[in-house]
Amino acid sequence: MLVPTLALVAALFVGALVIIFTDPETLRAWASFTANPGRALSLSWDAASEAYIALFRGSFGSRYALSETLVNTTPLLLAGLSVGLAFRAGLFNIGGEGQILAGFIGSVMVGFSFDSLPAIIHVPFALLTGAVFGAAWGFIPGFLKAKTGAHEVISTIMLNFIMLNVVLWVLKTEFFLRIGRNDPISKSVNESAELPKIAGEGLRVHLGIMVALAVAWLMWWILFRTTIGFRFRSVGANPKAAAYAGMSVAGTYIFAMMMAGALTGLAGATQMLGIKKFLSPGFSGFGFDAIALALLGKSHPGGIVLASILFGALRAGALTMQASTSTPIDIIVVIQALIIAFVAAPTLVRAIFRVKLRRSERETEGVLAKTWGS
Amino acid sequence: MKVELRGVTKRFPGVVANRDVNLTVSGGEVVALLGENGAGKSTLMNVLFGLYEATEGEIYIDDQKAEFSSPADAIAAGIGMVHQHFMLIPVFNVIENVMLGLEETKGMGRLDEDKASERLLSLSREHGLQVEPYAVIEDLPVGVQQRVEILKALYRNADCLILDEPTAVLTPDEIRDLIGVIQSLKDAGKAIIFISHKLKEVLEIADQIVVLRRGEVVGTTTPSETNEQELATMMVGRDVQLEVSKTPSEPGTAVLRVTDMHVRDDREVKVVNGVSFEVKAKEILAIAGVQGNGQTQLIEALTGLRKVESGNVTLGDEDVTGASPATLFKMDVAHIPEDRQADGMIGAFSIADNLVLNTYRERPFSKGILTDRSAIQRSATKLIEDFDIRTPSARSPASTLSGGNQQKMIVAREFTHAQRLLIASQPTRGLDVGSIQYIHARIVAQRDEGAGVLLVSSELDEIMALADRIAVMCAGEIVGVLDRADATREKVGRLMAGVRDEAPRPPSPPVAEGEGS
Ligand SMILES: Nc1ncnc2c1ncn2[C@@H]1O[C@H](COP(=O)(O)OP(=O)(O)OP(=O)(O)O)[C@@H](O)[C@H]1O
Ligand SMILES: [Mg+2]
Repeated sequence: MLVPTLALVAALFVGALVIIFTDPETLRAWASFTANPGRALSLSWDAASEAYIALFRGSFGSRYALSETLVNTTPLLLAGLSVGLAFRAGLFNIGGEGQILAGFIGSVMVGFSFDSLPAIIHVPFALLTGAVFGAAWGFIPGFLKAKTGAHEVISTIMLNFIMLNVVLWVLKTEFFLRIGRNDPISKSVNESAELPKIAGEGLRVHLGIMVALAVAWLMWWILFRTTIGFRFRSVGANPKAAAYAGMSVAGTYIFAMMMAGALTGLAGATQMLGIKKFLSPGFSGFGFDAIALALLGKSHPGGIVLASILFGALRAGALTMQASTSTPIDIIVVIQALIIAFVAAPTLVRAIFRVKLRRSERETEGVLAKTWGS
Repeated sequence: MKVELRGVTKRFPGVVANRDVNLTVSGGEVVALLGENGAGKSTLMNVLFGLYEATEGEIYIDDQKAEFSSPADAIAAGIGMVHQHFMLIPVFNVIENVMLGLEETKGMGRLDEDKASERLLSLSREHGLQVEPYAVIEDLPVGVQQRVEILKALYRNADCLILDEPTAVLTPDEIRDLIGVIQSLKDAGKAIIFISHKLKEVLEIADQIVVLRRGEVVGTTTPSETNEQELATMMVGRDVQLEVSKTPSEPGTAVLRVTDMHVRDDREVKVVNGVSFEVKAKEILAIAGVQGNGQTQLIEALTGLRKVESGNVTLGDEDVTGASPATLFKMDVAHIPEDRQADGMIGAFSIADNLVLNTYRERPFSKGILTDRSAIQRSATKLIEDFDIRTPSARSPASTLSGGNQQKMIVAREFTHAQRLLIASQPTRGLDVGSIQYIHARIVAQRDEGAGVLLVSSELDEIMALADRIAVMCAGEIVGVLDRADATREKVGRLMAGVRDEAPRPPSPPVAEGEGS
């Protein structure tokens, strides 16, 4: 907890410097610093504080802001859990984007194909199909690693691009293509398959956030309370010792990648049925952030929940910030990147804040570091 | 050079690893540090080497107070350390490992390996530390890797050298060499701190012996004033029996039968060449041999961790050639692996979790897919007690255990489940005399309860103490099988060197080139 929190503080601080030195007016004031140092300082303070206040207003300042934060949090959380789960088993799942797209295809297909199903059946059916499609897409790199030793980083990256083109291809088929359209846009999911809104019609926040939080709890339970989780963590921490103890390392790799794929598929499905409603070409844009979230949350479900809320808030607040101050939306990307950089360099953070690392934190770091090398 | 620790106390959460320790070592002197597993030897040395910060106490170098906040400071002050578990980069070659951190360059950052190698070779000639500068570490036998560690320290101008259990992993010949090296370093005026559980060699090379018990110095003596039995008593704090009592075996039917087994190592070299033997119920068959003669790969193949090239393994009446570790586990085969840190445990996991690494799916540790944490905890508490594993709690990460206590944890785990066959590779490596005695007694007890025991050991003492029959392995073959009654140390020793008893033939080198590991 300590290092990620300090990393956030450090990132916000450096982010403030970036805001100050990209603001033309403040910059001019700094150019004539000797003439009027007070002006430069107060303008700097105003620029940074206004931007951050707007950011906060846009993410937590109203019911609408809160709803938008949660809307952004939902798919991030599920995808982050996926990467975290794979990390725990010693796998580096960069295939989030591909698995999300698989989840899109599965859920949209079920979503538009049935029009007389009651929502109580239609919604779970569509969600489940998304998860199954994701699991299938996750199975491939797991299987390749288990049977041939192909490194999952390479195969998942490749599979992302393959899936990108699979989407283009399905959007050419009559089954998917929206009636009367030639551009690549699919039919919309039926109303009965939409994830219900949970805070009234005016707000976009939908049942997906509940699903995601439940899944986070489920993942914690599986990892730390079941024999499956014990096996995952053993294989992730020391595959040789796991093999010696009679665990199937290859089997665990396959199973873990399928579970991770199912989670990212579900991320795609909630996004599809809650927000997007139809399939269009291109990456979703949250599959890569998921890697950062797992890192930030130390691959612990609780940590990933907090990290996803943070990233969801940054995304939601960014729009308000851009609208009400002159700060460009891209600053959010900078802050996110800084957080990750600081988290990935705990020694740096410790040096800045002069704190010692607790032993428990050192362990999880070991797991992450090993995952990179495996 | 004189190195002095004054009043050093080191606390970890829940344990005092060192309490008010005073220790002095001067140039040209070998100080041996003795103590039970977990007595605090490695911790004390890590304090001296700047890896840990002492809770209290000071370090003086030549009567000057020194502050070490990292190994770099200690190295700068002339201290070098060879750790219990080596710290080399396996894929780098010898020179690269030695110059790591103080690379010689020849402009524009290009490495000057020739210059480094020149210096390395002169050091190696001076102290009899033969190495091949361009050999890659992972291809070298342990004894040579250790020489590289020593050279690494000397290359950094160490005047005080700490050797943490250097002989635990060495073959008898390598131990001879090392003792020669220590002698030469001593003559060159280096101060040496030597940690070992082998009392014989301590008595042989030490000038001073310091004994630690539960973190405190309980005695200082010299080899001329003491003997093995007295040292053992001093370490443990009570009388210890150095020999196990054991009745002659009454072997039953064959439990394990291995026929014409062939196995290759990671580099695809044939290291086991047509090995056949059998282990009966109620007997201990020991495989003796200098390390690196195929024992490791033979055991890996028997336990499902390595491919069997050809040959046949049966357990009772069932064919188990190439069976997985899980299958063998279900057939009541227990296995104490040779490399405890790599295969036997998960350092980041708690001791309790490590103790159920292979039984976690059984009752009472889990029901269905649900693990029962309190059952795991209860069983761990009991095993920690029974096997005298020194730790503040079952929840501590296994990596915080001392080397010997890690071994006890693994042995404890393997002894908990029902056994038909026990395969034990170097079961007492790194253990103190008291623990060795305890584990030997447990192994004999397993035998008496009806298990067949396959023991692999490179310690002749261990073989002679435990075995009912001795099979000697050399260059991938079993070169002779002796009944314990007929076996003398000389006979076994000769066979280990590859000299066959029956048909005298020209002596062959003990390890064929490229076939050892
Ligand atoms: N990093 C650590 N965190 C917590 N406790 C530790 C740590 N390192 C060592 N200890 C504890 O300190 C005590 C002394 O350990 P140390 O490794 O110094 O023993 P040792 O004398 O070297 O034993 P061995 O002969 O088994 O190697 C042990 O009880 C051990 O559990
Ligand atoms: Mg030690």
